[in-house]
Amino acid sequence: MSTFDSPAFRRFVETFADRLHERRDELTQLDSAIGDADHGINMDRGFSAVRGKLDELAAADLGGFSKGVGMTLISTVGGASGPLYGTFFLRLATSFGDRASATPDELGEALRAGLDGVRQRGKAELDDKTMVDAMSPGVDAYEAASADGMGAALAAAATAAAAGRDRITPLVARKGRASYLGERAANHQDPGATSTTILFESLRDAVAES
Amino acid sequence: MKKLMNAADDMVDEALAGMAAAHPDLIRVIEPNVIVRADAPRQGKVGIISGGGSGHEPMHGGFVGMGMLDAACAGAVFTSPVPDQMLAATKAVDGGAGVLHIVKNYTGDIMNFELAAELAQAEGIEVTSVILADDVAVKDSLYTAGRRGVGGTVLAEKIVGAAAEEGQDLAAVTALCQRVQDNVRSMGMALTSCTVPAAGKPTFEIGDDEMEIGVGIHGEPGRERRKLASADEITEALLTPILDDMPFSSGDKVLAFVNGMGGTPLIELYVIYNKVAQMCADRGVTIERNLVGSYITSLEMAGCSITLLKLDDEMTRLWDAPVHTAALRRGA
Repeated sequence: MSTFDSPAFRRFVETFADRLHERRDELTQLDSAIGDADHGINMDRGFSAVRGKLDELAAADLGGFSKGVGMTLISTVGGASGPLYGTFFLRLATSFGDRASATPDELGEALRAGLDGVRQRGKAELDDKTMVDAMSPGVDAYEAASADGMGAALAAAATAAAAGRDRITPLVARKGRASYLGERAANHQDPGATSTTILFESLRDAVAES
Repeated sequence: MKKLMNAADDMVDEALAGMAAAHPDLIRVIEPNVIVRADAPRQGKVGIISGGGSGHEPMHGGFVGMGMLDAACAGAVFTSPVPDQMLAATKAVDGGAGVLHIVKNYTGDIMNFELAAELAQAEGIEVTSVILADDVAVKDSLYTAGRRGVGGTVLAEKIVGAAAEEGQDLAAVTALCQRVQDNVRSMGMALTSCTVPAAGKPTFEIGDDEMEIGVGIHGEPGRERRKLASADEITEALLTPILDDMPFSSGDKVLAFVNGMGGTPLIELYVIYNKVAQMCADRGVTIERNLVGSYITSLEMAGCSITLLKLDDEMTRLWDAPVHTAALRRGA
């Protein structure tokens, strides 16, 4: 498939919501070790709210759909994840504009805009041990592979996000609640980088299904 | 998990409904989960709002009322509220003199309050924010999210609330809140973990002979796990870093606040306070005012925190001013 349209976006959001629900306890468990034990609970609450409004949201163009997802997350998730994932989808929305579908390059631009939004909102950089450490290599890999088509680029992005998630496990966190733990945060898998990897895997699988 | 609950998802809503039923003279609860002073908005008075995750009761909802907060936003347990809540609170209490947001320094709280402040300003309400970050257990450096906001928040809300009540303007109450932040230091410890209702099991495991030093207020592990020690040794482990960080020195007048984490009885808090008083006296630090009790908690966690605020005459006067809230009442 060479374009990303509203049905693909809907499959992506539904797949992400399903997997967050299935892996709610795993994400919360990761957050118990180095955070405050709510990441899975909060993400599941937010995406359950999104799921409840999908028919309404999906009626809009690609930008309107993504904006609706972002606003819903900001209003329902709370914590840091709400503003961060909310900002990601809002920046996607701005980048998509009123298009009905996005080419591989346009999807890459949107993902890049989403990453920039997350960085600005969270003031996090690479190696701070946050979701940026999965999202940034994911977007880089997508761009590097986009000439091979959207499916190949998204597969590369998911693989790179997972590698990023695993790469930072030994690190000490410098942002977010895990940073309070100092050395004790080392050698724990980061919950935010984990949910971001699930995001890229969901995107890959939603597009591969079509 | 054993808790007095119906369903985990309903806990915050039902607790707020209970508060509203118990204190109709003081507060009302508006959607989405905002506790508002019964007589808000008061024309010409600066609105003072705060908020955070639930599970820290009585903070913040218990501090809404005359002489303290005008509104409090209650998030899910240990999860910051969402911008819609702070926006609704800001609008509900704005009496034309602007609104101060008192924010504890957590990544989520900061982001959600920032978004809300932007939205409120877009609607023409003047909003200022002060961030409380008083936990000396966290290094304040480029390599952390900065110090957590803990016990100092309670003291700031009382003192700043009194200033707004007597008619000080937004610039003055904002500067005062920052002055409280600049002069307050805290540190906490835990004897047990706590269980987030929706998670169903304790956030961390801890042995009968162990304790966590340097915990925050979310059941998160602290900086260090140690063998259990005596109350006097625990007080030294908490108070010495506080005294040294400021530093508090001979001749200083302070407010000493010994706080329970939710599962610790008052008798133990007074044992801690006894040692706090001795240590302050040894340093020549005068405890002018004090507060002992469980005011900023981590659900049912056993443990305590100690907070010292270096007082000036204005802060002392405002601390003594009348207050009437569900959790703190004096002179009214």
